[in-house]
Amino acid sequence: MTEHRSHLHGVMGEFDTPEQLLAAAKKARDAGYKHFDAFTPFPIEGLSQAIGFRWTAVPLITLIGGIGGGLTGFGLEYWCSAISYPINVAGRPLNSWPAFIPVTFELTVLGASIFAVVGMIALNKLPQPYHPVFNVERFAAASTDKFFLLIEARDPKFDLSGSARFLQEASAKHVSEVKDEE
Amino acid sequence: MSATQPPLNSPQIRRLDPVLAPGHTYASVTDKIASAVLTRPLGLGWLAGFTLTFTAVMVLFISIAWLVIKGVGIWGINIPIGWGFAIVNFVWWIGIGHAGTLISAILYLLNQKWRTSINRFAEAMTLFAVACAGLFPLIHTGRPWMAYYMFPYPSTMGVWPQFRSPLIWDVFAVSTYGTVSLLFWYVGLLPDLATLRDRAKKPWQQYIFGLLSMGWRNSARHWHRYQSAYLLLAGLATPLVLSVHTVVSFDFSVAIVPGWHTTIFPPYFVAGAIYSGFAMVLTLAIPLRKAYGMEDFITMRHLENMAKVMLATGLIVAYGYFIEFFMAYYSGNKFDVFLANQRLHGPYSHFYFALILCNILTPQLLWIEKVRRNVVALFIMSLIINTGMWLERFVIVVISLTRDFMPSAWGRYSPTFWDYSTFIGTLGLFTMLIFLFVRGLPAIAIAEMRELVAHEGHATKDHQ
Repeated sequence: MTEHRSHLHGVMGEFDTPEQLLAAAKKARDAGYKHFDAFTPFPIEGLSQAIGFRWTAVPLITLIGGIGGGLTGFGLEYWCSAISYPINVAGRPLNSWPAFIPVTFELTVLGASIFAVVGMIALNKLPQPYHPVFNVERFAAASTDKFFLLIEARDPKFDLSGSARFLQEASAKHVSEVKDEE
Repeated sequence: MSATQPPLNSPQIRRLDPVLAPGHTYASVTDKIASAVLTRPLGLGWLAGFTLTFTAVMVLFISIAWLVIKGVGIWGINIPIGWGFAIVNFVWWIGIGHAGTLISAILYLLNQKWRTSINRFAEAMTLFAVACAGLFPLIHTGRPWMAYYMFPYPSTMGVWPQFRSPLIWDVFAVSTYGTVSLLFWYVGLLPDLATLRDRAKKPWQQYIFGLLSMGWRNSARHWHRYQSAYLLLAGLATPLVLSVHTVVSFDFSVAIVPGWHTTIFPPYFVAGAIYSGFAMVLTLAIPLRKAYGMEDFITMRHLENMAKVMLATGLIVAYGYFIEFFMAYYSGNKFDVFLANQRLHGPYSHFYFALILCNILTPQLLWIEKVRRNVVALFIMSLIINTGMWLERFVIVVISLTRDFMPSAWGRYSPTFWDYSTFIGTLGLFTMLIFLFVRGLPAIAIAEMRELVAHEGHATKDHQ
């Protein structure tokens, strides 16, 4: 245990209601903080905008997955039926595209869904079993009924006492240091 | 607005039941749902139910083992009735799955709040029903270890699956449906697994839920991407669920067999799927809310809404039955007319009349508010509708196959012991998985319930 060095990851304030958290997040952004995050037991409308996170690549990734899946489906059917093993059945067209639609559709949905889920998980950088926030004992309540705002130490405006005071003034009920162990 | 309309607070206007009983906080919904997984001891009822269903699963394994040893001849199928119980059960099970996706995806897109407390176990029901459904075509091949032939892989034989066949469409539709349902279910579970991880006291529980939740930490950035992915999945699952039963109906309607070759099949199959699926959700929800004291979360509002959906889809199904007859007579095609008459007067007519009784006549009682609000009546009705929907598939599969174009090709079908044992076995498999699910994972979406608490405005006052 003595080998472990710990350094400061940030400072975290605990709030009782989503409204208080939302107000505090807006205040933090107005105060010029850049690296901060909020933790809530359920998604709160407007919170990610309040912490300055607007755009996500998930829809684009999903679109790419869908297009890729659809092209794979149709390409596979066309290649199998018209190129690799063409069978002439009474002169009917080899590229009988209407019959290829169901599989094309299914693979479009499959590709888009897998990309959406894997994309979401990867962009969230999961799986990530360890994160400094878990060192705060009270943080377990983030999955029940408490709302947290974390100001990270790497933020240029960060200073421990000043940021802690800032959170307290923003009506945080409880402020704790977040330690990162190396 | 007429002058005679009673004021809004008048007792003449019936209030809708709440989607969540009043007085709940973020912590109370979390505690209630999580405790069913984490702390509640295994009751005698659960153990008895699990034992019974586990026994049925053993029956399934024995039936499959015997099938592998002897071949599909142990079933009652023969030419001309090549599709017996296996396909009846396949269509029945996959139809049951559809309500889960409808609740989780379509009602989500329509912003129906009452879906929240029933979506999780309805999705679980979908997965387990798809698993039971997928089993049947697999073992119906007789050589399930050769089933990979149906997938396009470069083989030394140099041939490919016939992509113009509905049976291959079915392979893609059902496997996509199973995969997407699993993804949707897991994404929904992710925050709840983190909740369980945070509340778990025993090390093995912390370990397992920690592993499954992948380090989810409820960050606002995570939630943002999560909601985006969830909405997209809902949008993708909606056309998917409609396509799956449409493709299943193509298995029949693309063939030229009288009684199958009709254009009404896709919509009427989809409606029937949702009909039977909601019946199964009720069959599961009513004992579940009782056994785990979840009446605050699955309220009469939910049960009544589901009853209304059943009534509506039941009427679409009734319309389908009517159109089948109408088109047969209107077309004047003598084979279609003959088959329609066979349904009423043929050797299986008692199945057809039982079907009308179960699927069309009985559900009309749902017009009555007292019936919709009577839990016991709803439970019995859900069983009747499930029976009716099974009979529908029996009528479609068997009557058409026993009476095709030439009398010399006619036949009869009677299921054997092994047909029944396999079917009962899948019922056992389905129920056993449900038993495991309600104790192993949160049966109600916890994070969504907290969101509901916030929206219903109970939280701010009762909190602290």
